[in-house]
Amino acid sequence: MSARTLYDKLFDSHVVREENGTALIYIDRHLVHEVTSPQAFEGLKLAGRRLWRINSVLAVPDHNVPTTDRSHGIADPISRLQVETLDQNCTDFGVTEFKMGDVRQGIVHVMGPEQGATLPGMTVVCGDSHTSTHGAFGALAHGIGTSEVEHVMATQCLVQKKSKAMQVRVEGKLGHGVTAKDIALAIIGKIGTAGGTGYAIEFAGSAIRSLSMEGRMTLCNMAIEAGARAGMVAVDETTINYVKGRPYAPRPEQWDAAVAYWSTLHSDEGARFDAVVELKAEEIEPQVTWGTSPEMVTAINGSVPDPAKEPDPTKRGGIERALQYMGLEANTPIDQINIDKVFIGSCTNSRIEDLRAAAAVAKGKHVAANVKLAMVVPGSGLVKAQAEQEGLDKIFKEAGFEWREPGCSMCLAMNADRLEPGERCASTSNRNFEGRQGPGGRTHLVSPEMAAAAAVAGHFVDVRLLLN
Amino acid sequence: MHAFTQLNGLVVPLDRANVDTDAIIPKQFLKSIKRAGFGPNAFDEWRYLDHGEPGMDNSKRPLNPDFPLNQARYQGASVLLARENFGCGSSREHAPWALLDFGFRAIIAPSYADIFFNNCFKNGILPIILPAEIVDSLFKAVESTEGYKLVIDLETQTVVTPDSQSYAFEVDAFRKHCLLNGLDDIGLTLQHVDEIKAFEIKYKQAQPWLFN
Repeated sequence: MSARTLYDKLFDSHVVREENGTALIYIDRHLVHEVTSPQAFEGLKLAGRRLWRINSVLAVPDHNVPTTDRSHGIADPISRLQVETLDQNCTDFGVTEFKMGDVRQGIVHVMGPEQGATLPGMTVVCGDSHTSTHGAFGALAHGIGTSEVEHVMATQCLVQKKSKAMQVRVEGKLGHGVTAKDIALAIIGKIGTAGGTGYAIEFAGSAIRSLSMEGRMTLCNMAIEAGARAGMVAVDETTINYVKGRPYAPRPEQWDAAVAYWSTLHSDEGARFDAVVELKAEEIEPQVTWGTSPEMVTAINGSVPDPAKEPDPTKRGGIERALQYMGLEANTPIDQINIDKVFIGSCTNSRIEDLRAAAAVAKGKHVAANVKLAMVVPGSGLVKAQAEQEGLDKIFKEAGFEWREPGCSMCLAMNADRLEPGERCASTSNRNFEGRQGPGGRTHLVSPEMAAAAAVAGHFVDVRLLLN
Repeated sequence: MHAFTQLNGLVVPLDRANVDTDAIIPKQFLKSIKRAGFGPNAFDEWRYLDHGEPGMDNSKRPLNPDFPLNQARYQGASVLLARENFGCGSSREHAPWALLDFGFRAIIAPSYADIFFNNCFKNGILPIILPAEIVDSLFKAVESTEGYKLVIDLETQTVVTPDSQSYAFEVDAFRKHCLLNGLDDIGLTLQHVDEIKAFEIKYKQAQPWLFN
């Protein structure tokens, strides 16, 4: 058999049938949250259909949940109805749900891996574009729309055409203070937000191999911001050690067989990719976005671009519109941009390693006077508990950060956490689109270290200067 | 699902690249548990001068006169002309639901984000890809010609301009078949129940830990 990519192996092993290049692929894990599932459950009810395999589905409310006091439930009646609808649907269909108040509740893409519900070799879907996160485990994982959510619920399958395969190789050693988030933003800066459209991306190279599972999840999470529905990393010891002992991991008597299979989940020597992109780890610096698309990004020692220097009229118009929305002047050095708020959280950067890294920067310092709010939102109840056990909550609180309950929070501001018009935020989330964190809000995407550094400085600052 | 066969539709231009799904339907409207009713809030932040929230009477809100969808000449448009990477960002199917509810049945752009592109087909919207230079010429034609309409024929895979210029487009055969006939995907897949079951049995033997 000819050399195959990891993507080939994952896709081909799940093909139930294929006709004229359109395949029906089997889905192993279906993660569900409250925003994109109500219409799917309703569709099943109307058609009198049942779930094909109930124990493949795991549900959790995350987008609408409050991150402050939860003892009185959700104040916004529309948000509350959506979460209650999920509760009711899970009861009606017999689906396991980690409800608000359960310590396992959290952002769906943090909860799945944490529970061992995401395993190597799986196909994982969720009605959420950041499902690409789970590819960090050598899984084929991508976001789907609500019609497909219903389709997977009813048939355990998805109609798919195979994507092209792209390899993004990052070789070398990352500098101190440079993270998986910076790799992700640097890649998007290089290939653009449509650079990965039509592709499944495999992240490879020595810099990727050196990343923890948390780092790999951050990277795969943002594959969708490069346009790729799926991102993935080959299985290695780091993957296997992470999975071992988690609640949904293989049982002891299944473990050896599972590991034997998982060890085959890498691209073969000489496997052919449709596109290859290469970056040198040493050349990647802490990144900050300046515009309204993740590709509008530069290094911390860079400046806001000058649209007058852009020859392409559509791009020039895009830059002009972005600068106007962001309230930025061309050629402003990034480290002279003051901020109003800081958000450390989201499915990109709310895992324990992210919180440790941010706390290390914040320790013994204080949030700057011009920063109105700096909030830390752990990715799950279990991340929160772990952080508290390590005393990270105390570090954050002493430094003037707010320590919140787990959820999606101000990544997309569906709950009460949001930017006011014109407010500027250093955010560890994944999208800086207009209005994403609140109407008129201005988002700059950064790593947790860079967000903490901006919080204490009051403006963007090279975190490496604080760490040395 | 609505079938799509032929459309003779008024075209409205949206001259921006990378239009994301947060712009197509802002997050506050995703709290609805219904599929319908998103049309009045399509492009909400660009379309209205105030901030929209669910439950507002949209007919009383101040419109942004500069936004093409609000201009008299484009009222009744069913074809949206857009730039590259249209529909990027989240997987929210509320985006095509909002476009459909507004009255769009076809989109023409040089490229789309994958998930959005796929979601359109599930809702009877035809997302057409044409080369950037042709899209560019259509933008010029739409802006200079009031009442500019295009005839879109899915069967023959053509877009025909008022001056009888015809542009061919590609569409996946399976998606075309479903769209032409308004077929329900789930019903089609369930014709293969035996194959799915047979696959599942073999698969469970090989990787039993996936079924714990």
